[in-house]
Amino acid sequence: MSVVGDDPWAVLRGATRARVALGRAGDGLPTARELEFRAAHAVARDAVHMPLEPDVVRAALGDLDVVEVHSAAADRAEYLQRPDLGRRLAPGTELPSVGADLGIVIGDGLSPRAVHEHAAGTVTALLERLPGWSVAPVVLAQQARVGLGDEIGAALGVRAVVVLIGERPGLSSADSLGIYLTWDPRPGRADSERNCVSNVRPPHGLAYGQAADTVAALLRAARELGASGVALKDEGPALTSGAD
Amino acid sequence: MIRRTTLSGRTFEFPSLADLLAKATPARSGDVLAGCAAESAAQRVAAQLVLADLPLATFLEEQVVGYEEDDVTRLILDTHDAAAFAPVASLTVGEFRDRLLGWAATGDEAAISGLARGLTPEMVAAVSKLMRNADLIAVGRRTRVVTGLRSTLGLPGRLASRLQPNHPTDDPLGVTASIVDGLLQGSGDAVIGINPATDSPAQTIALLELVDAVIRRYDIPTQSCVLAHVTTTLRALERGAPVDLVFQSVAGTQGANRGFGVTLDLLAEARAGALELGRGTVGRNVTYFETGQGSALSAGAHLGVDGRPVDQQTLECRAYAVARHFEPLLVNTVVGFIGPEYLYDGKQVVRAGLEDHFCGKLLGLPMGVDVCYTNHAEVDGDDTDALMLLLGAAGCSFLIAVPGSDDVMLHYQSLSFSDVLSARQVLGLRPAPEFEEWLARMDLLEADGRVRSLAPDAPAARALLAAAQS
Repeated sequence: MSVVGDDPWAVLRGATRARVALGRAGDGLPTARELEFRAAHAVARDAVHMPLEPDVVRAALGDLDVVEVHSAAADRAEYLQRPDLGRRLAPGTELPSVGADLGIVIGDGLSPRAVHEHAAGTVTALLERLPGWSVAPVVLAQQARVGLGDEIGAALGVRAVVVLIGERPGLSSADSLGIYLTWDPRPGRADSERNCVSNVRPPHGLAYGQAADTVAALLRAARELGASGVALKDEGPALTSGAD
Repeated sequence: MIRRTTLSGRTFEFPSLADLLAKATPARSGDVLAGCAAESAAQRVAAQLVLADLPLATFLEEQVVGYEEDDVTRLILDTHDAAAFAPVASLTVGEFRDRLLGWAATGDEAAISGLARGLTPEMVAAVSKLMRNADLIAVGRRTRVVTGLRSTLGLPGRLASRLQPNHPTDDPLGVTASIVDGLLQGSGDAVIGINPATDSPAQTIALLELVDAVIRRYDIPTQSCVLAHVTTTLRALERGAPVDLVFQSVAGTQGANRGFGVTLDLLAEARAGALELGRGTVGRNVTYFETGQGSALSAGAHLGVDGRPVDQQTLECRAYAVARHFEPLLVNTVVGFIGPEYLYDGKQVVRAGLEDHFCGKLLGLPMGVDVCYTNHAEVDGDDTDALMLLLGAAGCSFLIAVPGSDDVMLHYQSLSFSDVLSARQVLGLRPAPEFEEWLARMDLLEADGRVRSLAPDAPAARALLAAAQS
C-alpha cells in the first residue's frame, strides 16, 4: 500500500476537515486535541454572548444616519429562549416614517462579533450598488431576530428591508454574517417570503462585494416582481439579468 | 373536564387533559415558548398530584389531540392492544409508576416489556412526568427491545453506536476518511449513517454505494443509511440502490409530519420496498427514525383539542407511536440539536434525553440518543458526558458519534468516537455481538475486549486505511 509522507494518518486528515485521526489517551482524547476543541467552542460561545457595541458599528458606518432600537427581549438569556420576543420591537419604540425605497437593519443576532467585523463593510458595498435608491436611516437593533425587520420596515414605510444579522456560530466560523431581504415588509411575513445570502465572512466566506452583488440583484428583481422569497427564487432569468 | 387540587392553601385548576400534562412537565424553555408551562413550582407539583390520581384508562377516552383531525391520534387508538394493557388497566398513573419501579427492582423485564402495545404515548408521557431521573434510568434499563438487520441491537450489556461520517459536500474520500476513523475506534455497530449535504436521488445512491462497498470489502456486520427524505429513498429504491434502511424524521402530529413532507402511507410504501430487498442476516427491521422535543412547535403544529398547546414532551412521545408502527431497527432523539428555545441548558437536555429514552423504550422502540448541543445553548462537554453515562446506565440501545465531537456538515457537537469507548469502559458495556466478533477478526481488540489504540503501521490500521486511499 502507499503511504503519504511519514505519517499514514495524514491520509485521513488530508481527506476531510472533520476531526479525524486525533489519537487517544486511554479511551479519551489526548490533551492537545481536547484543548483544541475547547478553544473552538470557547470562541463560538464568546461570539454569541459578547454584547453588541453600537459605537463600533457607528464608527465603521461613517456619516450614515443611524437609529438604535432594542427588541422586546430584555437580555441575552431571554433572547435565546424567546425567539418571538426577538422579532418584536420593545414597547414604546418610535421610528421615523420616511417612506424610502430601502430600509437597512443591522441586528446582533447570534453573533455580535460578525456584526462588528462585517456589517459596515457589507452596507457600504451594497449602497455603492444601488444608485438611485432612496435609503432610510440605518437601524441598529439589539437582541434582534430576522423577523424584527418586518416591524421596522413597516414603521419606516420602506418598500423593502434588508436585515444584516450575526449567524449562529459554528466551531470553525464564529463571525458569519447573514443577509435577509424582504419586499413590502410588515409583521407576519413568513420566512418563505424572504431571500437569504449567508456566510459573509471574508476571507474564508463570501466577500462584501460578492454578497452585495447578489443582494442588489435580488432587490432589483424583487422590485420588478413586487415580491421576495420563493416567488423571487423561481425567477431565475430576472435575477441573472440584474446581476451584472 | 376541569380537574383541581389544593396545595399549601391554594387551589389549582386544570381545564383540560393537555393543560394538566403540560403543567406537570419538568421545566423547559419550549413549553414556556408555547405558552403552556407551569407558572410556578407549586402549580407544577399540583398538576403532578392530580396526574398521579388519574386512571391510566382516561387516556383511552379523552384525547389531547383530536381523533377526527389527526392521523397520529387515529393510529394510536386504532392499534391499541387491550390484552397487552390488561395488567395495568386498573391502575392510576401514580400506581403505574410504583408498579414499574417494583418490576425494575426485581428485574422482571418481561412484565415491563410486554406492556408496549398496550400503552399509548400519552400514558407513557404522563408517568414519566412523575418520575425522577433515577426512576427513568431504573425502568429504562429493564425494558428490553431487541432488533436486528445485520447486527443485533438492544441486548443486555451492549452499547452500540451510529458512525456519522458527514461531510459538507458529500465528498467520497472525505466521507470514507471519517468512516475509517470511526471503524478503527470501534464505532458503527448500530449503523453507518450519513446526513447528505444534498438531498437528491443521485447523491443518495452514490453515498449508499460508497458505504455498501466499504461494508462488503471488509465484511462488516452492520448496515448503512443515507438520511435523505423518504421520497428520495423511494427513488433510490426504484433505481435499484443498495438500501438497508429507510430513514425519516417524524413528529407527533399530522400537521408536523406534513411539515416534514411525510404521510403514514409514504412510510409504509418505503418500508415495503426495503423489506423486499431482503438485505438482513439476523433480522428484518428496515426503518430508522429521528425525533426531537420541539419539532412540532417549530413547525407551528403543536396545538391539540380546542386549539390548546400540547407540551413538547407529550408530542415527542406521540412521534414514537408513528415510529413503532414501522418496526424500526433504530430510533433516536436528537436531544440538544434544536436549540435553547426548546431545551435551554444542560439540566434540561439531560432530563429530556432520559425522558425520551425511557418513553421510547417503554413504547417498544429500540431507542438511541444523539447526545448533542449547539453553541448558543447553555450546554458543554461536561453536560454531554453526564447524559452519555446516564444513558449507558439506562441501557440505551445506541449513541451517535462523529469525529472529534464536531459535525462539520450540520454544525453542531455530538459525542466523539472515543466518548463511546469511554462509556463502554466505565460501565462495562460491549459492542453489538456480531460487530464485536468482526473487531476481533480485524485484530482491533485487546485481550480484555477493549478497542486497541493502534499504531498506523498495525495490520488492521493499514487494511482499513487502504479504503481511504482508493
